[in-house]
Amino acid sequence: MTVLLKILDYLLSAVPLGMTFLYGSVGEILIEKVGHLNLGIPGVMCVGAASGCAALQAMYESGIPSALIVIFSILAAFAGAAMMGAVYSLLTVTLKANQNVTGLAMTTFGVGMMKFVMSKLTNIRYLYALKLFRFPFAESDNSLKYCGVMVFLAVIIAVVASFILNRTRTGLYIKAIGENPATADAVGINVNGYKYAVTCIGCGISGLGGLFYIMDYAGSQEAYLSIEGLGWLSIALVIFALWKPIVSIFGSALFGALYVAGSYIPGIRELKVSMAATPLLKMLPYVVTIIVLIIISARNKKENQPPQSLGMTYFREER
Amino acid sequence: MQNKEEKVHEPLFHVSKRSSMPLWESTAIRVASILLALLLCGLLVALFLGKNPADFYVSLFKGSFGSQRKIWKLLKDIAVLLCISVAVTPAFRMKFWNIGAEGQTLVGALASAACMYYLGGKIPEAALIALMFVSSVLAGAVWGLFPAVCKALWNTNETLFTLMMNYVATFFVAFCLIKWTPDGSSSLGILEHGHLPRLFGNEYILLIIVVVLLTVGMYIYLDYSKHGYEISVVGESNRTACYIGIDVKKVIIRTMLVSGAVCGLAGFLIVGALDHSITTETVGGLGFTAIMVSWLAKFNPLLMFVTSFLIVFLNQGASQVSQSFNISNAFPNVVVGIILFFIIGCEFFINYKINFRSRKEVK
Repeated sequence: MTVLLKILDYLLSAVPLGMTFLYGSVGEILIEKVGHLNLGIPGVMCVGAASGCAALQAMYESGIPSALIVIFSILAAFAGAAMMGAVYSLLTVTLKANQNVTGLAMTTFGVGMMKFVMSKLTNIRYLYALKLFRFPFAESDNSLKYCGVMVFLAVIIAVVASFILNRTRTGLYIKAIGENPATADAVGINVNGYKYAVTCIGCGISGLGGLFYIMDYAGSQEAYLSIEGLGWLSIALVIFALWKPIVSIFGSALFGALYVAGSYIPGIRELKVSMAATPLLKMLPYVVTIIVLIIISARNKKENQPPQSLGMTYFREER
Repeated sequence: MQNKEEKVHEPLFHVSKRSSMPLWESTAIRVASILLALLLCGLLVALFLGKNPADFYVSLFKGSFGSQRKIWKLLKDIAVLLCISVAVTPAFRMKFWNIGAEGQTLVGALASAACMYYLGGKIPEAALIALMFVSSVLAGAVWGLFPAVCKALWNTNETLFTLMMNYVATFFVAFCLIKWTPDGSSSLGILEHGHLPRLFGNEYILLIIVVVLLTVGMYIYLDYSKHGYEISVVGESNRTACYIGIDVKKVIIRTMLVSGAVCGLAGFLIVGALDHSITTETVGGLGFTAIMVSWLAKFNPLLMFVTSFLIVFLNQGASQVSQSFNISNAFPNVVVGIILFFIIGCEFFINYKINFRSRKEVK
């Protein structure tokens, strides 16, 4: 019986953690759909977390109603991360810089920026803030208390993103640009405009993941140290989900489960897994991603491929 | 009809590709962008921290050249970074985006550490060092081999594959550390055997000599050998390579073996000559920084002396700044990030030309 309870507890901590990946990966899916491989997602998530927390610090003893505090923090996180997106698109779209290098520079900058900002934010009582973010069920004594407003927001964003990509004209344009920008340009789609807009929005969504992890999942200041690793996993999840936001919802839960498995499974004595296995369990999400990557490239099915012009710079006058 | 043509709107400027630019001009643009970025950093320091920007520049310089010890540290850090940068270069020339240098170096380091841990004291030192060298190089090569084979066979996306391999390596090291360390302790401590010899009584000189030779060797390999030529052709166009009879798959696999092997060598140097121990943070992001260094130098190993110096200088200087201003030790990352943005952005003005609308044509 205790084993069952522990497994239930395990799943309930895994699913909300997965939402961090969901934010990150839905943002990255959108960006990759317009043909940009943004390796700056870890940095973007960090900046999102930092600006969200900074906004929270500015507001939370000022008597503003708590619902507004949460909303403004979320908006601040989105805005901060979207600014990173603007820098990224300025460099890669307008200035036609190499996307990998730009992304890595964004990660260097973002991680540094966050550590810098977070070291200054010492007045936040994170456990108190946690209650704000777990808004509807914070006081309930059953396991629902882990599911705050941002968990639902993540799922909603993923569903909306999927709808836009698959059912609207905008989505069609986005996908057309990612497959072949020259063709999209020829039919009169504003390629650079779409790239800017989608990259900024995608980065904004990813940035929420950072805020979610600190404020809703972990509820401690030290949590910011692990955001970078979570960001890389979000990029992994994009491949795992085959560039489909809906698949990403389930993938994120699975990745969350794999990620916390390392800390939970050795703790369950009945399973007799030694502590030494912890790192091997933590390795699992990455190994699974590699296997998926190999399988999709070996099977070579058309609908499961990355966008065709992913990672390539588009210059209209180039043949 | 005539009227309509007059109304045609000509954009303010249009962008075209440059065929070439004189070296002094491109150098001037790069230097200007770095200076501009430094100016911005000084401005930010003055605005947000309320410090004197002059202090900022003085500390920045002192961080690398303030004392003899700091100069040696500068040289050591340059050597390590340069070694990994040189390692990733062959793959990049082939347009194979290997961002797995972090993992390849780490497994190289792990292989050396494993030799030291299991065989230290049981076999002669010289044999141990030779064994460490061989196993590190092999480990790095194998780590690079997986993505290369998959790329060659199924065109698997190498960027994402190598990225994932970094984390597999990190957790594999964590696993070994748990196995090796006694209960309760989390770090391995200094391993007694298998230290590389000190030349002239300085622990860094051997490292520096090896890396300089390696860099020059890589330059010759890439620019003056048949292999290097094949790499460049594959990088420019797979189809051309096929057409002139280059076995593209073979070149991809061979180049990644070289790349991974040199990464492994870097791991060997880090463990054998510097750390004498291993943690999951042994490489500490250098694998990613090396990509920047290599790219900034336009994949030319000799230019990497300059670019790696630049990055290490900034890092060391900025951490001195953070110490003397008493601010977070993450500050160097912010400075380096800002400067990288500027350098990345300035490449546009080197590769492209902006043609402004001239008044005469519009009349």
